[in-house]
Amino acid sequence: MSEVSAAPRTLRFTLNGHAAECTVAPHETLVDVLRDRFALGGPRESCGQGLCGCCTALVNGAAVSGCLYLAAFADGAEIVTVEGLAAGDTLSPVQEAFIEAGAFQCGFCTPGFILMTTQLLKEHSDPSDDQIRHYLSGNLCRCGTYPQIIEAVKLAARKLNAA
Amino acid sequence: MNDVMPAGQIGRSLPRVEARAKVTGRAEYIHNLRLPGMLYAKIARSTIPHGRIKRIDASAAAAMPGVHSVVTGEDILKVIPEPYFGPAFHDQPILALGKVRFAGEPVAVVLAEDPKIAETASQQISIDYEELPAVYDEVEALTSTAYVHEALKPAGMFADLKHLAGKRDTNVALDYHLRRGDVDKAFAAADHVFEHVFRTPQQMHTPLEPHCAIADATSAGITVHSSTQTPSSVRVEIARLTGLPENRVRVRTAFLGGGFGAKVYVKMEALAVALSLLARRPVKVALTMEEQFFTISKHGSTFRIKSAVTKDGRITARYCEVIYNGGAYADIGPRVAQKSGFSAAGPYDIEHVAIDSFETYTNRPTAGALRGFGMPQLVWAYECHTDMIARALGLDPVEFRRKNLLRDGLPQATGTVLRDTATDAVLDRIVQRIGWGQPFDRGGGTIRRGRGIAIGMKASISPTTSVATIAVSADGSATLYCGTVDMGQGSTTALAQIAAEALSLDAEAVRVVAPDTDTTPYDMGTLGSRSTFHMGHAVRRAAEEVRGKLAAMAAEAGVPAGTNLPIAEIFRRKYGMQAGTIVGSGSFVPDYVPPNHDTGLTPNATPYWMSGGSGVEVEVDTETGQLRILRLVNVADCGTPINPKIVETQLTGAAVMQLGFTLSEEMVFTDGQLRNPNFADYKIPGIRDMPERLDGEAVASRQESGPYGAKGVGETGTFGVSPAIANAIEDAVGVRITELPITPEAVLRAIRAAAGDPLGDE
Ligand code: FES
Ligand code: FES
Repeated sequence: MSEVSAAPRTLRFTLNGHAAECTVAPHETLVDVLRDRFALGGPRESCGQGLCGCCTALVNGAAVSGCLYLAAFADGAEIVTVEGLAAGDTLSPVQEAFIEAGAFQCGFCTPGFILMTTQLLKEHSDPSDDQIRHYLSGNLCRCGTYPQIIEAVKLAARKLNAA
Repeated sequence: MNDVMPAGQIGRSLPRVEARAKVTGRAEYIHNLRLPGMLYAKIARSTIPHGRIKRIDASAAAAMPGVHSVVTGEDILKVIPEPYFGPAFHDQPILALGKVRFAGEPVAVVLAEDPKIAETASQQISIDYEELPAVYDEVEALTSTAYVHEALKPAGMFADLKHLAGKRDTNVALDYHLRRGDVDKAFAAADHVFEHVFRTPQQMHTPLEPHCAIADATSAGITVHSSTQTPSSVRVEIARLTGLPENRVRVRTAFLGGGFGAKVYVKMEALAVALSLLARRPVKVALTMEEQFFTISKHGSTFRIKSAVTKDGRITARYCEVIYNGGAYADIGPRVAQKSGFSAAGPYDIEHVAIDSFETYTNRPTAGALRGFGMPQLVWAYECHTDMIARALGLDPVEFRRKNLLRDGLPQATGTVLRDTATDAVLDRIVQRIGWGQPFDRGGGTIRRGRGIAIGMKASISPTTSVATIAVSADGSATLYCGTVDMGQGSTTALAQIAAEALSLDAEAVRVVAPDTDTTPYDMGTLGSRSTFHMGHAVRRAAEEVRGKLAAMAAEAGVPAGTNLPIAEIFRRKYGMQAGTIVGSGSFVPDYVPPNHDTGLTPNATPYWMSGGSGVEVEVDTETGQLRILRLVNVADCGTPINPKIVETQLTGAAVMQLGFTLSEEMVFTDGQLRNPNFADYKIPGIRDMPERLDGEAVASRQESGPYGAKGVGETGTFGVSPAIANAIEDAVGVRITELPITPEAVLRAIRAAAGDPLGDE
């Protein structure tokens, strides 16, 4: 790959609450780096086009498509994957709500939906149906679990507001 | 055995046993697996739909740094001398040999240390072809002299395909014919005859976890880690291809990120094995979303259906000609054509029936099973046809169906008598939930509303085998070993519930081992909604054997019968410490009588029937053709639901998937080249495409022959959606759509054509 000759660079960032460091080439995507260097299985590449949300990670609290987001941009950022949501054995309210509402089947899309919901509920503690649809419109679930996902988002909102 | 623990595991809406793993990102998918020393494969694909390979120049690719090797079909012959695979026909080469038969067919592979290098290098392979005439349309395939294959090569697996061996100069891979009564006479005597043609396009499953297989061939044998729905069947096929005994081939899987039929039988496994045999290293073949479109798909179809009807609305005869577009390789398509052929006339009691069902070869990507094994294509046609007849005769579509409904105890077209088939209850519940016959706001001006319903019925898969093993450890905990693959349908949970019920345990106390042919016994595959029934029976029988052995052990240890002693204590009495294991196994093979070759009839086509249907309310904008689904209710007969919540999610999930197949999804080709193999251009449903209200419901019913009254449900939710929507559109705006997908453009064209003001071409 002689045409890709730009120099690798070293990134420092916080990953799921811990300091992390790695050296990446300019073309490497965030999802590849999270999977290959940090052995995280939560972010997954599926469509590769920024359309399905399987590769979602939170970068400074905002969900990004890791398949399009260049890892180099993550320098200095705070990155959270689905692996970073639970505190030890205690699931986050969003994770709990997804279980209680039965909001997944195969579960391949689930990390992306949970992360996007986490961002949504941080920005809107009591989201309207329209806000839910707006935030989750970039996540696809081929198993078609949308009705239960909507239920889970509302349940998570209630849990967070009660806490 | 003790009965301390209450049963009552059936009908529990237990969350999936793997729920925590899925919400924390820890659930295992083969997609995530990497092995030390692994090479990555990238496939170079045919750029033409049909032709002879004249030359493959891989020198530039092979010379790139980081490339391990470039492999072609000729290289595969060194390790697998007969490299043709397929569950029904041995017609598919691992890599193209001599010829390519569709644009996108695998021709060569680059192996590299890094997937990006493999990808870049694969683009450096240049292949010269001599193009051959091609055929793309299933109807043309019947008479075209462009033959996709020189001769038919049925596999040995299905005895009823053997007669096709060696047949030449045909694109018909399989034809199934059913003759019941005398249709010609009935048509001649009919008050009314209706005939319509319906079409569906080629579509794709798009599981979000793309196909992935890792093979590791060593001198001790071959291990394959694969995102497969059929580990046992893959093992049998890999053993056949490599000449190894089954016990030297290990196929294992994990959770699947969706399957829907895309991952049945050998897909990437044979290629991964051949590459690992050549490279003597583990090799990962992981497809992209785009590549999945060239791997397997759902049949496009053309269905000509003709019915004879009396003045008072009784259907007396029906003729069905179904032509499936199977693409370049048979895959399981011949079984789709045959099994769906059984049911092509619909859930109606019709005295004279003739069915001709054809599986054709064309120069397109291969078609196989997709959530219904042909049924969604058939129900689309026969339920539109049924509605059109009712409307033409001025009859209420529900009353017309009720009048002709195939009720329990009556023989279906094949002659197989229905047992515990609650189609009537399904229809009744749809009618109630959608409020059929009650007044509703039909809109006005350019916004019109309408309602539609549709029902369908499918045979299960037979003959097939499931085997299960249960081990009880000395502390009384139970482990279930079975080859059923959990691809999201919740089988791990449901089978734990069945085992627990039979063992008088809580489902949470049963651990289910992921399919691995080294430990889990044979199961034909997770397909055709068969696992709850077939594997459910095997699990129940294994549990019964365990109970018998536990009772014997208790007796041996001097424990009086009927005692409440915990299992752990019985083990301790027998072995003097926490030691020992009790293993029970069970198997299940349903009875089956193959259809008579000439009449297609059989007294036992299937161990059970699955009925499902939908009711919808739609809103059509007559100025734009835009469609809104206001309500969709999906109702199914799945016997006694083992886990009602998971069943409901299956029904709404199937509805969502079928909404995509109904409204937007279509693989679009120009001269055999697929134009839209990606989510930007091939639109699957997102959250904004949800109906305003979507419900799933299982009717109260019981399949007496099923484990605890249960039967399958995975496919049932797909049956009624498409025709119910087309029927509702006609109800709303008076136009009939006969071809999927029902895009706004298609609706607008139909509206404008009906108004005598047709839209021009694009
Ligand atoms: S894989 Fe990144 S959005 Fe689909
Ligand atoms: S649960 Fe399977 S894709 Fe969403």
